[in-house]
Amino acid sequence: MHKAILVFLVVFFYSGGAAKVVTAGLMTVTGGIAGTILYAKWDHKFRETVEKNVPYSDRLLGLALGPAPQETGLSVKKQIELAQPPSMMEKAMKVSKAKQEKKVKETTESPIEVAKPVQPAQSLEEASTEVTHIISAISDVPSVPAPCDTEMTPVKEECKECHNHKVTAETAAVSTEIESVAAAEPLKERPVEEVTARLAQQDLDEQEIVASVSGNLDDSLASSAKATLQAIGAQEAALQAIALHTQKLKEAMEAEVPPQEKSTQWKDLEACLANRAAAVNDAGTALLKANEALDNLKSVIDKSKGRNVPAVRPLVLAAEENLHKMVVDLDKVVNKVKSAESEAKVVSQYSELVNEAKLQFQREVSSLTPEIQANWKGLTGKLSTDDLNALIAHAHRRIDQLNRELAEQRVREQIHIDAALEQQKLEYLKSQEAAVNTSLQHIKEDARLEQERKLSELREVMEAEMRTQLRRQAAAHTDHVQDVLKVQEQELKAEAEQVLSSKLLEQETRQRQLSQEQLDNFTLDMNTAYARLKGVEEAIDSHVVAEEEARKAHQLWLSVEALNYTLKTAEAGSPTKPLEVAAQAVRDSCHDNEFALALASALPEESLQRGVYSEASLRARFYGLRSLVRRVALIDESHNSLYQYFLSYLQSALLFEAKQEAPPTQLSGEDLDPFKLLSYASYCLEHGDLELAAKLVNQLTGEARRVAEDWLNEARLTLETRQVVSLLSAYANAVGLGTTQAP
Amino acid sequence: MSEKELGQKWDRCLADGVIKLGTGLGLGIVFSVVFFKRRTWPITLGSGMGLGMAYANCQTDLRLHYLVPKKDQ
Repeated sequence: MHKAILVFLVVFFYSGGAAKVVTAGLMTVTGGIAGTILYAKWDHKFRETVEKNVPYSDRLLGLALGPAPQETGLSVKKQIELAQPPSMMEKAMKVSKAKQEKKVKETTESPIEVAKPVQPAQSLEEASTEVTHIISAISDVPSVPAPCDTEMTPVKEECKECHNHKVTAETAAVSTEIESVAAAEPLKERPVEEVTARLAQQDLDEQEIVASVSGNLDDSLASSAKATLQAIGAQEAALQAIALHTQKLKEAMEAEVPPQEKSTQWKDLEACLANRAAAVNDAGTALLKANEALDNLKSVIDKSKGRNVPAVRPLVLAAEENLHKMVVDLDKVVNKVKSAESEAKVVSQYSELVNEAKLQFQREVSSLTPEIQANWKGLTGKLSTDDLNALIAHAHRRIDQLNRELAEQRVREQIHIDAALEQQKLEYLKSQEAAVNTSLQHIKEDARLEQERKLSELREVMEAEMRTQLRRQAAAHTDHVQDVLKVQEQELKAEAEQVLSSKLLEQETRQRQLSQEQLDNFTLDMNTAYARLKGVEEAIDSHVVAEEEARKAHQLWLSVEALNYTLKTAEAGSPTKPLEVAAQAVRDSCHDNEFALALASALPEESLQRGVYSEASLRARFYGLRSLVRRVALIDESHNSLYQYFLSYLQSALLFEAKQEAPPTQLSGEDLDPFKLLSYASYCLEHGDLELAAKLVNQLTGEARRVAEDWLNEARLTLETRQVVSLLSAYANAVGLGTTQAP
Repeated sequence: MSEKELGQKWDRCLADGVIKLGTGLGLGIVFSVVFFKRRTWPITLGSGMGLGMAYANCQTDLRLHYLVPKKDQ
């Protein structure tokens, strides 16, 4: 480089003028090239433009700079693009576009994430199912079948309370068997029916027991009453007998009655004694019986007490009271009898003493007077004086004795009286004790009976209260049970209704299906028949339609022919008649045919209003045009000065081309020369190919084109119209052919 | 008819040229006679000017079509 410059400078300064110019020129040229190369190296776009515009510069620039650095730029761009999507992915994970570019790892992550929320949901579901199981398990605990949880515990408590109450009631009321049963099942509450049954049973049992007990009591009471009354009667009788006897005895002792009456008296006495003995015996037996009966009654009462049936208690109490009364009466009577007996005893003792004395006297007398054995009172007349003296002496002796005894007795009187008093006191004490004891017993008995009565009353009151409480409880329970039953009823109803509705639905759907099938079959048949009918009708209609169509087609054809004819009415130089009328006729004849209508409306406006030129006129016009085009062949946008015009004229004068030349099938670049084009076009025109001629003329450019513009338009118009008309006629022909029916 | 247009333009050109030439010539003659002591140069100048103006007008007229629609280049 430097050497070349040095050489150039040397040549420049050491050479002549022309050489200077030459060298200067060379320098500028080389400088320009070098500058271009350098700039191309620096600016790639400039390099590309240079390579594009100057033909072989790419080779030169490639030699100088190396291949164009396009790949590196592209690779950089690609890297940038590749770098972006990852950043995009990092930034916009949730964007759906980014999801498509996700790697496998991320795709695997997402299913895991999806699984994770599913799992907690599942676990939740499981937990909920577990909870429901638990709740249902709770509800399954054998207790009242309450649907609501909140009511369960109070209900349970209530139930437990009821149960407890029931248990206590049962233990209070029923026998040991039921007690043991109740004790064995402390936590299970019996169902209501069983309870009521049991209660009924209990009631029945109670009633039975009561009935039996009352029966027993009544029987025993009756028997004991009878016995007691009997005893009392007997005792009274005995009493009376005793009294009578004592009285009689007294009378007999004291009264000095004649012997006959005395014997009768003694007989009466004996009878009385016998009576008394009998009465006493009777009284004794009756008393025994009464005691027996009373004992029986007591045992029965005890037994019935042992039964512990509350209803029995008043009976028992009454029985006890009766018993007590009877006992008391018996005791009284017995006391009376005893006192009477004691009196009688005294009297009898007295009588015995008297009898004894009498006997003794008798013995003495008999001993004294052994002959007088028999009834000495009757023998008073038979007695001798000795006997009488003996008797009197004995009597005196006896009197002395008796006086002595009397004196003794008087002396001992006090002692005897004291002793007797003492005895009496003792006896009195005894009897008092006995009386006190009996009265104490009686009072005790009374008190006990009172206590029992009060107790029974209290118990009754308690029972009543408990009953009311129980009733309240029962009422509450029944209310609750009613509610529960209602709810259950509703539930069951809903279920049943559901089942019913589902069944009904099933049936309905089945019914509908069947009916639908039937309907479908029927419809099918109907459709086929109808279709056939329709077919027949359509055939007929189509015939009519076809005829109509044929008529229309004929009309169309006629109108198209008319249109075609109008095309031929062009005279040389002037256009045809306006095609409006014919076109209107065509449009009228095909107003239902879209294609024909479209075609008819595709006729250019100019042709309709003004008409078109015929081919011959266009051809004639072309020749005039040709010379003009030849004259302005060189004029275009850039070359349009007057000088160019002169040149163009000169060219047209000097250039000769063939008048007509057959155009090639494919135009190449050199064929686009106006002269050539004109010759091709005139050839085409001569051979009647207006279309190709127009195409060729269309290839003109610049002023030539401007000049030929009008002709071209006219040619186009004519061609268009002719094309439309030909299409229409072809269509009309086709339609006409189409409508012809086979014979 | 577009082909007649050119002919019309040429007619105008010629007419205009003749007028301008004549006017220029006349004016030149006038000027030459009146102001410039019958020298030839005003005549030639005038005719030349007239011819030139006519040429310019003709050219403009012929170019007019190409000059107008060049807005969108």
